[in-house]
Amino acid sequence: MDFAFTEEQRMIQQAARDFAERELIMDVIGRDTRAEFPYDHVKNLRELGFFGMMVSPAYGGIGMDTVGYCMAIEEFSKIDASVGVLLAVHNSLACGGIEKFGNDFQKEKYLPWLASGEKIGAFLLSEPEAGSDASRQKTLAEDKGDHYLLNGTKNWISSANSGSVYITIAQTYPELGHRGINAFIIDKDSPGISLGPHEDKMGMRSSDTHSVMFTDVKVPKENRIGEDGFGFKFAMKMLEVGRIGIAAQATGIAAGALERSLKYAQERKAFGKLLIDHQAIAFKLADMAVKVENSRNLVYKAAWLKDQGQSFGMASSMAKQYAADIAMEVTTEAVQIHGGYGYVKEYHVERLMRDAKVTQIYEGTSEIQKIVISRGLVKG
Amino acid sequence: MKILICMSNVPDTTTKIRFKDGNTALDTTGVQWIINPWDELALTRALQLKEEPGSGVEKVTVITVGLADAEPTIRKALAIGADDAIRINSQATDAYDVARQIAEAVNNEGYDLILCGIESSDYNNSMVGGMISEFLDIPSVSSVSSVTVDSGRFKIKREIDGGKETLSVTAPFLAVVQKGIALEPRIPSMRGIMMARTKPLKVIEPVTSEVLVEHIRYELPPSKAKCRMVAEDNVRELVQLLHTEAKVI
Repeated sequence: MDFAFTEEQRMIQQAARDFAERELIMDVIGRDTRAEFPYDHVKNLRELGFFGMMVSPAYGGIGMDTVGYCMAIEEFSKIDASVGVLLAVHNSLACGGIEKFGNDFQKEKYLPWLASGEKIGAFLLSEPEAGSDASRQKTLAEDKGDHYLLNGTKNWISSANSGSVYITIAQTYPELGHRGINAFIIDKDSPGISLGPHEDKMGMRSSDTHSVMFTDVKVPKENRIGEDGFGFKFAMKMLEVGRIGIAAQATGIAAGALERSLKYAQERKAFGKLLIDHQAIAFKLADMAVKVENSRNLVYKAAWLKDQGQSFGMASSMAKQYAADIAMEVTTEAVQIHGGYGYVKEYHVERLMRDAKVTQIYEGTSEIQKIVISRGLVKG
Repeated sequence: MKILICMSNVPDTTTKIRFKDGNTALDTTGVQWIINPWDELALTRALQLKEEPGSGVEKVTVITVGLADAEPTIRKALAIGADDAIRINSQATDAYDVARQIAEAVNNEGYDLILCGIESSDYNNSMVGGMISEFLDIPSVSSVSSVTVDSGRFKIKREIDGGKETLSVTAPFLAVVQKGIALEPRIPSMRGIMMARTKPLKVIEPVTSEVLVEHIRYELPPSKAKCRMVAEDNVRELVQLLHTEAKVI
């Protein structure tokens, strides 16, 4: 048993923290208010190598482990959870999906673009009528011999506008159910792709979320990931990985709210003494700290299992469900500790509370995680 | 051209300072170690010069006097962008010792410019830079807030009473740098971090050096008095408090 981080992991954490505290903090409230994608910061994030964190250096990536990646996502999310989700989806689903399951042609063509951040990746699974029930894909990918023809709509797609490499899940053989589903790498500029308006969301407002419409979009055969019919398994495998990153993001949201609350409680007085000297507030902070620590440990455990090449599906669902649920609890308490100040934007915690909510929803709701976990318990 | 950065491994500036052994030594339990902030700015400036087209700077080396536990801090400097590093395998005892060790190690190594931060954030002695230049018999310039290079000659700006002066200096020389030398330290890139272990880190043994300083006792500054708030229109109370409590008027 060893809880020590490597020198590299600590440096990654510090670098991400410095970047978030120095750069991302600037105008984070404005970006949230205007629902504006952090284009200004993407350039620096690219140069620092945060777009290819886990990609092998052979394809232009950094080759860091999953633990280091989680530390970076947590640090970004303490300040700006929208940057957290941008990098989580890009690194774990787009880069990770192509590197793990793509063929040599796909890896050589797409990974250098993605690892440098020249192109941003998006993951297109959810549909208007297929969210948690992901096997009911209505988007059709008809086999036309030398290409596939895609028609349908994808919903709530993160980085749909900023992104240009779409990892897309669609149904080729409806009669086969989930066994008929395929996964494709699709260039956003392919004719027939159009975007719905930027979704006006509760939180994560500077993540550019849109619906994506496919109308007779031709996708070359060579862009299918894996064997014919591998798509559903691919999506499920990728979500196992993706959930670790979202759990790290949710942990970051909670940790950010805790840090701000602790600072505030040591500055603000009520009834003649500091908030921290009121046991009602001190105990809240203690409870929040325990939750954040538990959450972080679940994230690191899942990441560590993945890095060791062991099975991590249960661990990633546990981390994701717990981190998302406590992110909601901790941020709600953070607003409570801040009182009236917590309810206005200037103090950040109301934004963290709004951002926290979606972590219980995307990449598998908390309820879906409990299905995965309980089935895992039965399977043993 | 080659630039050398003299780097101190210091406790993080937010460290809660505690002493041990009857207040004669720093208790390093749980202390996070960092690059001395002034040295980190010096490194940043050196790397900027190296990246400037036509500057002629080919290599940036960091040197530190310290035991193996200083290596994570050295590797941080390599991650940020230094080309190589030297560690003199010795627990630094005082400014004289540090300066002597560094001077011995780099004499005849052909560094054109040696940069030292104005002070280390732990002992604040501000002595090492000047001593190194004496040992090496090269010029030193103090309070440097800007270093630029033009066709092999360095242009230095330094703070003087009530203003600044600009000097032109021929290498080799040593500059003790302060505020303004670089805006803020660089964040290491992820590639820099992963490559840090692959860069050369030469460990050399120290020369025998005389210990000139003995630490008799450390003490913490007195804790700050509590802030008293006086209503903005109550000048009488303010004057009275300044007279009877603060005893400043």
